[in-house]
This record gives sequence, structure tokens and C-alpha cells, in this order.
Amino acid sequence: MKISKEEVSYVAHLARLEFSEEETETFTSQLNDILMYMEKLNRADTAGVEPMSHATALSNAFRDDEVRESLSEERSLANAPDKQGGCFRVPKVVE
Amino acid sequence: MELYELTIHELQEKIRSGEVSASGILDSVFGRIEAVEVNVRAYITLLEEQAREEAAKADQRIKAGDINTLTGIPIALKDIFCTRGIKTTCGSHILHNFVPPYDATVVEKLREAGAVFTGKTNMDEFAMGSSTETSFFGVTRNPWDLDRIPGGSSGGSAAAVAAGECIASLGSDTGGSIRQPAALCGVVGMKPTYGRVSRFGMIAFASSLDQIGPFTKDVEDCAIMMNAIAGYDPRESTSVPTDVPDYRAFVERGIDGWNVGIPKEYFIEGIDAEVAAAVQKAIGVIEKLGGKCLPISLPHTEYCLAVYYIVAPAEASSNLARYDGVKYGFRSENGRDLLEMYKKTRSEGFGAEVKRRIMIGTYALSSGYYDAYYKKASQVRALIKRDFDDAFRQCDVILTPTSPTPAFKIGEKTDDPIKMYLSDIFTISANLAGIPGLSVPCGYTAGGLPIGLQFLAGHFAEGRLIQIAAAYEKNTGGEKRKPSL
Repeated sequence: MKISKEEVSYVAHLARLEFSEEETETFTSQLNDILMYMEKLNRADTAGVEPMSHATALSNAFRDDEVRESLSEERSLANAPDKQGGCFRVPKVVE
Repeated sequence: MELYELTIHELQEKIRSGEVSASGILDSVFGRIEAVEVNVRAYITLLEEQAREEAAKADQRIKAGDINTLTGIPIALKDIFCTRGIKTTCGSHILHNFVPPYDATVVEKLREAGAVFTGKTNMDEFAMGSSTETSFFGVTRNPWDLDRIPGGSSGGSAAAVAAGECIASLGSDTGGSIRQPAALCGVVGMKPTYGRVSRFGMIAFASSLDQIGPFTKDVEDCAIMMNAIAGYDPRESTSVPTDVPDYRAFVERGIDGWNVGIPKEYFIEGIDAEVAAAVQKAIGVIEKLGGKCLPISLPHTEYCLAVYYIVAPAEASSNLARYDGVKYGFRSENGRDLLEMYKKTRSEGFGAEVKRRIMIGTYALSSGYYDAYYKKASQVRALIKRDFDDAFRQCDVILTPTSPTPAFKIGEKTDDPIKMYLSDIFTISANLAGIPGLSVPCGYTAGGLPIGLQFLAGHFAEGRLIQIAAAYEKNTGGEKRKPSL
């Protein structure tokens, strides 16, 4: 076993997901299969190889710091599930 | 021949000669949609009313002699591209009500070129899948056999072109999501070089892999679509500021004297016998056209799938953190405090495959596992790219099958994630290396299912792909069929 049910529940918490008992079992079994498959990477010799993060030669892409038009408050809030007084509204965070 | 069956370049000629109007073309396409969409289900959202207005405007421009490269051409968009004022779902319940406040760059560019938008096409949820079965909005069916999947994740865009429900379409390709459905639906599909097409306004899946490209009925149309969408965009920091050639100029050039690499690692056990035979036949055609086919090796190919299924979920787990029920999209009513609201929203809003990938990615990036998974995968990825760099010193293009099998049955692979992931085994490497790839039809199985041939080239060598695919397409010798719907 690469990953236990407890670890699956912990990773789910990190990812802000929650599963039923049945889902946890299914995910544990499937994630184990997938992680077992990943094991084959250990056969590749990567000594001294720089990790590759993306495929082009670009490094930092800067632009000038100029004031430009941006989304209006109204359009920014148009899709909000809940809003009040020009702000996004969420359930209470602290008692 | 009905208008909906024609290519972009054929319709352009008829528009220029005054033989047809944009409205007439759109009538034909929407007539076709009315007849077959009930079976194919390629679209999530149809834009008939808006399209009719756009076609009427196109006709005014045509009358005034103001004809652009796509004026009056009905084009479908994968529902991953933001369209201002038009619902954009990414195939997910969590975005089922999302109406973007702006257009993606590719949408702006197609509109500037004169395109008429028919609708938003179905896709695997957040582009995670190889069959379009993970869509919250139901399965799209393969126009060649309605019991089979169209491929994925851009299955709706591929099926819409194959079925005549649009003239061309746009998709996105993170591990094969344009090329694989193009192969399975018998159309042309290209994934350009990473950085060639701006992704501004495309909903992100795996940011170091995602790229946008066209589905078309032939290679010349692919070149026309690439001319419209390629180029640098200051709003997209990974788009590359290099010149864009006229891709259409590559269509007639031929391939005499080219070296075409045949990587032995792509002709493996488990590949469908009819697919292997069709690709072998295609190699014969390439040689007749003056191409020299030489055996090459891409020694790290066996690791591609494992690298991909670490890198892509890791990036996805980060990209999809934004779906939390606060700023847009679905919010669960069942959360009593903020943390519970996040968890309920995400658990009720995402489907099983998306959750599975978020879990793999979160695990691979979590403390204590980062070196073993993400770092290791990124190192092997560098070796995979080096394989291609070496190969393109010996050959102009590489030829492979696009997919190891033709279209499979709906439901056949949904219970076994790894079996489903293997559908992308020949397409993933191009995304990892950032190189362009193109799938072109290369025949049919005895059962009448289309088979796809893939060409790969070095960074920013899309022109070469168009050159060889166009030469091949003209000389395949095989009949060109259409699905009987």
C-alpha cells in the first residue's frame, strides 16, 4: 500500500474535499493503483538532471507598470453566489 | 453536396463568387444540427439567435467587399474558452452558471477574422478525460458509431466537425485532447507549440502543458485556422513573441528529400492491429512522396504516461483551488462556516475524475512526497524533451499512430482510470516536450471507424506538420468517407 485511508482523508482535507466512507475506499484503492504505476519512474536515471518546469526558453515576462482599464465592480461581482455592499459575501469565519 | 459538408476554403470561394451567403451557410449548418444533434450531442450551448445576427452582419460586409479569412464561416468553440456574456461551463457542475465578463484571446481573434459562432461544445470536465464521458452535461457520441465515444477531452468539438454541425472548431490539448478525438472522429486536429497560441481566457487545467488548436475537415483548413489564432499576446505571459508564418503557404510544397523518423517505441504490443496496418500503409505513402523513413529511438517514451499523470494533476490541483464558491460558479448551501462551505462546494461541484486528479496532485505536491513524485517527474520530463531534441537533429518530422485504438465503446473504460489514461500514450509526449503535433485521418477499420496518423515536429515548426500532412492527405489513395448519420 502506497497510501492509506487515513492519508487519503488527510489529503482530501488539504484539497478542501470531503468523501463518504465508500468514496474514501474507492479513492484509496484507485490512488494506490495509480501511485504503483508511477513507481516505474524510479527506474529512470535522473542523476544531475535539472527539473524541467515548462517547455519554452522564456523566463520572466514583465510588462510596464501602467494604469489600464480593468473590470468594473459591477462586472466583477456579476457571478458572485452572494454579495453585499460591493463585496463578496461568505459564511462567517470566526465566532 | 450540402453546404455544411464543405470546407472553409471551399465555402470562401463560394462566398467570394457570390454563389452563397453567410446566412445560407448558417441555415445549412443549423439544419444539420437540428437533424443530428439529438443523436450526437456535441454541444452544451447552441447560439442560434446570436449566430444568425452575426451571419447577417457578415453578409453586409461581404456585400461591401470587406471579406476576411473566416467571414461567414460557422465555427464551434470548446466550452473551455471564455465568451463574454455566454455561459462557459468547462463541462463542470461547479461552473454550470458561469457567465464570463470577457472573451478569450482566441475568441476575439476568430471574431476579428469574421467567424460566426455556432455554440459551445461538450468536453470532459475541466478537460480531464479521453472520452468526453466525464462531462457534467452528458456523453457526446461518435458520429461514426453512436455507441462509441468521440475521444476527449475535446470530444464535442471533434464530433461537431465530423457530423457537419459546424465547419471547423477549436479545442484544447493538454495530453492529446485535440489529436486523439480528431483521430477517433476522422478529422484533422493540431496541437501547436507551447506558447504559439495565447491561452488568455482559456480555463486552465495544467499550465505547463495546455495549448489551444483547431479541428478541421482538411489540412488546408487547419492552416487557415492557425493563421487566425496564432501569435503573441501581451496578456499571456507564456505566449512567445516570435513571427508567425503564413501556414497556408506550406500546403502545396511537398516533402521530397525529407527525413521522417519512425520511433520504435510507438509501435508496441497492445496497439490495435488495424491501426498498426493503417500506419504502416501511410509510411509507404510518405516514401512514395519522396520522404525517407528512418528508424529512430525516443528512449524515455515508456515514462511519458507516469510523468504526465504527476505533472498534470499537480498543476491542476493548484489551478482548481480557485473554485471555492466565493467569486463565481456553484456554491453549496450546506456549509455552516467558511471551511465547510469550501468543502461542500468542491465536493458537490466536482465530478469523480476531477477529484481523483486533485487528490493525486495534492498528494504529489504535499510535504514529504514532493521530491519522490513532482521533482522526479520534472527531471524525467527533461529527459523526454532531450529525446526529441536529439531526434530532430536526425529528422524533419516524426510519424506515429495518434491513438493505440480506434474509438471504444461508451462505458468501456470508465471504471479503470489507468486503462483510460493509456488512450493518450502516443500524444502525451508532445505536451511534455512542448512540441507541435497534428493528427490526420489515415483510413478506416473493417468496422468503418476512422484511424489517425500523428506527425510531430520541433518547436514552432507547425508549418512542417501542415506541409507533410497536406502532401499525405492528397496522396493517400484511400477514399474519403463521411459518417452516415
